[in-house]
Amino acid sequence: MSEPLSFELSRAGAQPPRLPEADLAAPGPADVLPASMLRATAPGLPRLSEPEIMRHYSRMASLNYSISEQFYPLGSCTMKYNPVANEVAAALPGFAGLHPYQDEDTAQGALELMWRLEQALCAIVGVDRVTLQPAAGAHGEWTALRMIQAYQHSRGEARTEVLVPDSAHGTNPASAALSGFHVVEVKSGADGRLHLADLESKLSPRTAALMLTNPNTLGLFEREILDIAQLVHSAGAMLYYDGANLNAFMGICRPGDMGFDAVHMNLHKTFTTPHGGGGPGAGPVGVKAELVPFLPAPTVERTNGHLTLDFKRPKSIGRVRSFYGNFGMLVRAYTYIVAMGGDGLTQASHDAVLSANYLRKLMEGDLEMPHEGPCMHEFVASARNLSHEGVRALDIAKALLDRDFYAPTIYFPLVVPEAIMVEPTETESKATLDAFAMAIKEIVAEARSNPQALHDEPKNLPVGRLDDVAAARQINSYLQGLSEDPVLRWKAPE
Amino acid sequence: MLDAIGVKSMDELLVDIPRSLRIEELQLPAGLSEFETMAQITALAARNHVFPDRLTFRGGGVYRRFIPAAVAAVTSKPEFYTAYTPYQPEASQGTLQSIYEFQTMIAELTALDVANASLYDGATAVAEAAMMAHIQTDRNEVLVAGYLHPEYLEVLRAFSEGRGIKIRKGSEPSQKTAAVIFQQPDFLGLLIDAEALTEAAHRVGALAVACVDPISLAILKPPGEYGADVAVGEGQQLGLQPSYGGPHVGFIACRRELVRRLPGRLVGAAHDAAGRRGFVLALAAREQHIRREKATSNICTNHSLCALAASVYMTYMGPEGLRQIAEVSFKRAHSLAERLTALPGWELAFPDRQFLNEFPVRVPKAPAVIRKLARKGILGPLDVHRWFRELKGVVTFTCTEVNDPRAIDELLAVLES
Repeated sequence: MSEPLSFELSRAGAQPPRLPEADLAAPGPADVLPASMLRATAPGLPRLSEPEIMRHYSRMASLNYSISEQFYPLGSCTMKYNPVANEVAAALPGFAGLHPYQDEDTAQGALELMWRLEQALCAIVGVDRVTLQPAAGAHGEWTALRMIQAYQHSRGEARTEVLVPDSAHGTNPASAALSGFHVVEVKSGADGRLHLADLESKLSPRTAALMLTNPNTLGLFEREILDIAQLVHSAGAMLYYDGANLNAFMGICRPGDMGFDAVHMNLHKTFTTPHGGGGPGAGPVGVKAELVPFLPAPTVERTNGHLTLDFKRPKSIGRVRSFYGNFGMLVRAYTYIVAMGGDGLTQASHDAVLSANYLRKLMEGDLEMPHEGPCMHEFVASARNLSHEGVRALDIAKALLDRDFYAPTIYFPLVVPEAIMVEPTETESKATLDAFAMAIKEIVAEARSNPQALHDEPKNLPVGRLDDVAAARQINSYLQGLSEDPVLRWKAPE
Repeated sequence: MLDAIGVKSMDELLVDIPRSLRIEELQLPAGLSEFETMAQITALAARNHVFPDRLTFRGGGVYRRFIPAAVAAVTSKPEFYTAYTPYQPEASQGTLQSIYEFQTMIAELTALDVANASLYDGATAVAEAAMMAHIQTDRNEVLVAGYLHPEYLEVLRAFSEGRGIKIRKGSEPSQKTAAVIFQQPDFLGLLIDAEALTEAAHRVGALAVACVDPISLAILKPPGEYGADVAVGEGQQLGLQPSYGGPHVGFIACRRELVRRLPGRLVGAAHDAAGRRGFVLALAAREQHIRREKATSNICTNHSLCALAASVYMTYMGPEGLRQIAEVSFKRAHSLAERLTALPGWELAFPDRQFLNEFPVRVPKAPAVIRKLARKGILGPLDVHRWFRELKGVVTFTCTEVNDPRAIDELLAVLES
C-alpha cells in the first residue's frame, strides 16, 4: 500500500478552486510593478480537486501509527492520550480568531487563561514565575540558559561552562552551545544515577549551570538530588531542570523544592497537547525569584482583576519568539489542567509510575534490566541478552510494529547498549500493558528460534525497512554536484 | 498490579524520593467533568472580542485569510495530530510523505533547492538563518536592512547575544558581515530592492537572507531567482488561524551548497529491499540527537501539524488559486489606499514606494482613529509608532480577499463620519 505524491497526482487541467474576485476597479500587480520584480513562471504547486485532495490525505493518514489507534510507549516522549475536549477548546472562535495585536482590553479572556495557566504551572513545579513564550522543550532549555547567563552577567560573573550528564537528551548540549557555553559531560555511576564525585570534580568557578532531568532518562529518581543541588549552588552555579520527565511526580514532589532554579515543561508531553507528528508543542519555563527580572518580555500581569502585558522589563533577555507563545497549545494544556485538577494530576503521576513498574516486571524475564528498580514513569531495558542470536534493539522495534504496537525509544540513552526505553503512561489499560508484554515475550522467543525472521520485519506495513544509508549516499552525490536528484524534494521528471 | 510488582503500596515505588521532598497535595482546585470544564473555558473565550474577518484591517505579521474547510478536516484527523515525530519510518509514512510534499512546495515557492520540515515561526526562522550564515562564513556580524518585523529583530537579538553575534542596521555590508537580512515586503508592507541587497551581500562574501511572505511569491520574483542564498518566513497565511499569535509555522529554504547548515528536520526519499519508495528522516547528523553540542541547531519538536495545514492549503489553492488570492488582495489594498488618501490630512507615509496588500499611511490622531473604528466593530490599522520613533502618526492597513468591497465602504463611512 502506498500513496503517490500530490505532485504525481497533479493534473494540468484541474480546475482551480472558486475564489472571490476583486469586485472593484483597481490596478493589478502587472499594471503597477516593474516587470523585473514580477514572477515569470508560476510556482510548481500541485493542481488537484478537493475530492482528490481529501482522498490523498486520508490515504496518507492511514499509513500512520498514532495514539488514536496504537499503544505508543516511546520513552521520554510521554505519549499519553490527547483529550478531544482540548481540541474543541482551542478551536473556539473566541481563541482561534483573536489577533495578537488587538488591544489588551479586547483580549482579557486570553490573558486571563495565560495568567491562570502560569499560576497552575507554578504550583505544580514549585517556582515563582513562568514564561509561556518558548515554542518547544529545546526552545525552553535555551531560554532558561539565556536567563541564567543574563543573571550571572548582572552579577559581574562570566561563567562559561554548562555541565550535562552523559545520559541527557541531545537538546541539552545543543541548547547550551547555542547560548555560547562550553559543554562539559558528567558521568553516570553504575547505578544509572549521576556520579557525585565526577560532578564535584567538574564543578568550578567557570560552571554556569548543571542541566538535569529527574527522574533521569533511565527513569530513575536522583536520590541524592538535595546533595547535588547543594554542590552546584555552593560552586555559585545554577541548577536547571529538563521537564521531559515531569509526568513522574505531579503532586508527589516539585523541582522547585529539590533546588532547581529554572524548570522547563513540555506541554506536549505531561499536559496532553497532541504531538502533531512533530509539533507544535510548547515549552514554558518556570524560574525562582532571582531569575524573574530576566524573563522574556512581555509577561502577563494581573491587577485588580484586569490583565495587561508588561513589556517594560529592563533586565529581560528579550523576546524568544514572536507574540506570546503557542497560544493554541496553552489553551489545550489549561483545559487539561482544569479537567484533571490537583487530584487528577496527582493520580495521573501515580498511575504512570504504577504502569511503568508493572510493565517492567512483566518484561524482566525477557530483556535485560540494567538498573535496579523501582523505576519512576519509564524504564530502560536492553536487548544485549540477545546479542548471541544477532538480534538488536532495532529488530525488536520493527517486530513490535508488525504486531501493531509503536516501538519504544531505542538506542537512547547512550549510556545503555541496545537500549529500549519504555514509557507506557497512565492512560493505557492493564490489558494493553499485558498484550505488549506478551508481544515482547513472543518476539524474544522468536529471536531465540528464528532470528532471521526478525531481521526481515516489518512485513505488515506499507514499506519494509528503508535503506537510509543508500538515501544518504544519494543526497551526498547531490550536495557534491554529482547528481541532480536532490532526494530531499520531488522534482518533475525531465 | 501492585501485587504483580511485589509491593504493598504506591509508596514503596516512590521510595527513592527523599521524604523531605514529598508534598501533601497540589495547591490546585479539584478536577471537573468535561461539561464543567468546557463551561469555564468557553466563558474565558467569551471574554475576548473577536472582530469579523471582513472588518479586520490589521496585519503586522498575522493576517485574516480565507481558510478552506479541507485544512481543518485534514489536520483534525487523529492519525496525523496524535502521531509522534516519525522516528519509526515504516509506521509513519503519512507524516513523512506530507513533510516531503511540504518541503517540495516551499522549495517551489521560493525557487530554492531544498527546504526543511518547518521551524517554530517567522521570527525564529530569521534567527536560525543568521546562525547558518555565522557558521558558514565564520563572521560575527549580521546586517539588518530596512523595516524587518520588530519582533523578528528582537528574537534575532536574543539568539545572537548568546553566540556573540553583533547586529547592525543599515544596507551597506562589510567584510565582517555574515548575512544581509531583509524582509520583502517589509514590516510596513513596502517593497524593497531585494536584488540590490542580494548583490551587496555577495560583493563582500556574505549570505543574502530573504524573509518573505509566502502568498506574495505568487506575484513577486522568488528569492532563488534573484540570487538569495536563504529564504525564510512565516507561514500563518497558508491556512492557519490567528490564535493570538500561535502556533503558526516558520519555513526555511536554501541553495544546495548550504543544505548541511540547515537547522531541524529534513525528510528524504528512500527505498526498501523490495524496491518500494518510502520516506525517512535524512541528514540527521546535523541534528541535536546525534551531534549534541555540535548540532546546527537545538531544535527538536518543530511545527509539523502546522506545516501539514500549510501543505493542504497550498495543494487546495494550486498555482492559479494562490495567484488569485494575491491579486485580489493587491487590488483591494490599492483601492483602499486611494480612498484613504482622499481623506483630508491623510497621505501615504512613503508615496514613492510600492506595496502589495499592506501599506503605511500617515494619519492625524492615529490612536483616536483606531479607537473610533473599534467602537464601530472594525479592527482598524496597526499603529507602528509603538516600535518606530520616527513613524509618529503612521499606521499600516492590510487588505486581503476577506475584506470585500462593502467592508471597505463601511470602513470609509466610519472614517468620513
